Amino acid sequence: MGTGLENTWIWGVRDMTMKQTKNNVLPVMMAPRSRPTDPFRLKAWHGLILASIVVLASIPAFAAEEPAKASIFDVLVRWMPLLLEGFVFNVVISISAMAIGTITGAALRLGQISLNGAVRKFAWVTTQFFRNAPWLVLLFFAMFLLPFEIKIGGLTIPLPDWLKAIFGLSLPVMANVSEIVRGGVVSLPSGQWEAAESLAFSRTQVLWRIILPQCVKRMLPPWMNLYSILTMATVLASIVGVSEMMTLTGQALAAEGGRSDLLIPFYSFVLLMFFIYCYPIARWTIRLEKKFAVIN
Amino acid sequence: MTWSDDQPMVSIKDLHKSFGALEVLKGVSMDVMKGEVICIIGPSGSGKSTLIRCINALNDIQQGSILVEGREVNDHKLDKLELRKKVGMVFQQYNLFPHKTALENIMMAPLLVLKQEKAEVEKLARQLIKKVRLEGKEDNYPGELSGGQQQRVAIARSLAMNPDVMLFDEVTAALDPETVNEVLSAIKELAQDGMTCMLVTHEMAFAREIADHIYFTDRGVIVEHGPPDTFFDDAKDPRTIEFLGQIL
Repeated sequence: MGTGLENTWIWGVRDMTMKQTKNNVLPVMMAPRSRPTDPFRLKAWHGLILASIVVLASIPAFAAEEPAKASIFDVLVRWMPLLLEGFVFNVVISISAMAIGTITGAALRLGQISLNGAVRKFAWVTTQFFRNAPWLVLLFFAMFLLPFEIKIGGLTIPLPDWLKAIFGLSLPVMANVSEIVRGGVVSLPSGQWEAAESLAFSRTQVLWRIILPQCVKRMLPPWMNLYSILTMATVLASIVGVSEMMTLTGQALAAEGGRSDLLIPFYSFVLLMFFIYCYPIARWTIRLEKKFAVIN
Repeated sequence: MTWSDDQPMVSIKDLHKSFGALEVLKGVSMDVMKGEVICIIGPSGSGKSTLIRCINALNDIQQGSILVEGREVNDHKLDKLELRKKVGMVFQQYNLFPHKTALENIMMAPLLVLKQEKAEVEKLARQLIKKVRLEGKEDNYPGELSGGQQQRVAIARSLAMNPDVMLFDEVTAALDPETVNEVLSAIKELAQDGMTCMLVTHEMAFAREIADHIYFTDRGVIVEHGPPDTFFDDAKDPRTIEFLGQIL
């Protein structure tokens, strides 16, 4: 000894074994101490700081402004109702796409464990295709491939852009949900299937009564994660002209005559709104992850 | 079906089972009569668990025959659900449904599979809870129970289907030593009530106490079998003697 290595972990263990033989006491293997949960956590005052940055960002520009122009803060406040309306639209798009994507994605996953080979193949190919395609490209496809109205018999159903955007965004969601469900199902020990089968449950009963109820808990965190990502991806709809928050922000800026000093405050406001909406979801996801990790 | 009580309840003839190229069972035969308790012992990897998992068709069979109450298990037209209603199974890892309480675990199969009345099923489930001495634990989730308690719930869950034969696959192997006995005594009571039981076990003293017949398997074949006293005191095959020498 005395090599300077005594403090390293390996030598520490060796020290313990030597002590053991000396004192005839078995060393106690200490469980690795768990890290304090989350070294950094955002509090309400962090949000305040963020908000004040948005406001402050306007001040230097404001000070330099000629008196004829309205203050940046006033402009922002004036446009705020419209921008918030746009944000509500983002939320509506995200919730709708998530709902459609979840239902179709779950169905796709069930197709992948179907006993029918053709159904299984089809579901697998569909999942892989949409999972590995860029969201924006899928959005463009939905925009340009779907007609602007559907005629069923004498009935004409219009398909506005926002509806097409919802369809477009629900495609990658579908594929990802399918994978999340798959992960949930395979994460269960095979003993659950065996125990249920040995109790004479049919395959459908095993799936719906035993497997899926347990998976829901496990799937919730990644599912919420996906929802967060989807919400942030809704701004892609601005590229195809849906009047959500990002589009409206651009229009508001244009209406103000393209003042360059407005750019940062306006887009900071957009950021802030998305952050306020998505951050609690992320926190909640982490909480759920921890909770379920302990139980199962 | 032309099966009657005086014929073997489970009759296995020349059973072969492979996983890919690995042949796990190489021609196993045994008969188990109604009310009989048999124990299968042997070294790890000798095919004991595979053998009893074939009986309720959790594993499929390549060759040979298993008759359960006269019903051929090695038959692609077999109605597995009907078979499994008659054959109960308890696993090493308990495999309780963690999202259901102890009582719900017991009630699920009779309600959903046998479509029995809820009030009756609940009455039965409470009786079974009492039988395995878990009064007061009805509303606990499996995660809140000890291993021994979970395993007793698993036994009760299997019994709720009113099976004719019970399979036990190393049910005490995952338990703490101090909880092994509570599970063993539950099985013992079951055997004394006349339930036909097939156990894979490493508990030699227990096997000797409750079994009517002991089978020793090694490398996919039954090396030796006999009533417990003859088997333990008067083993003939060198492999049996070696195994017993190591374990006793």
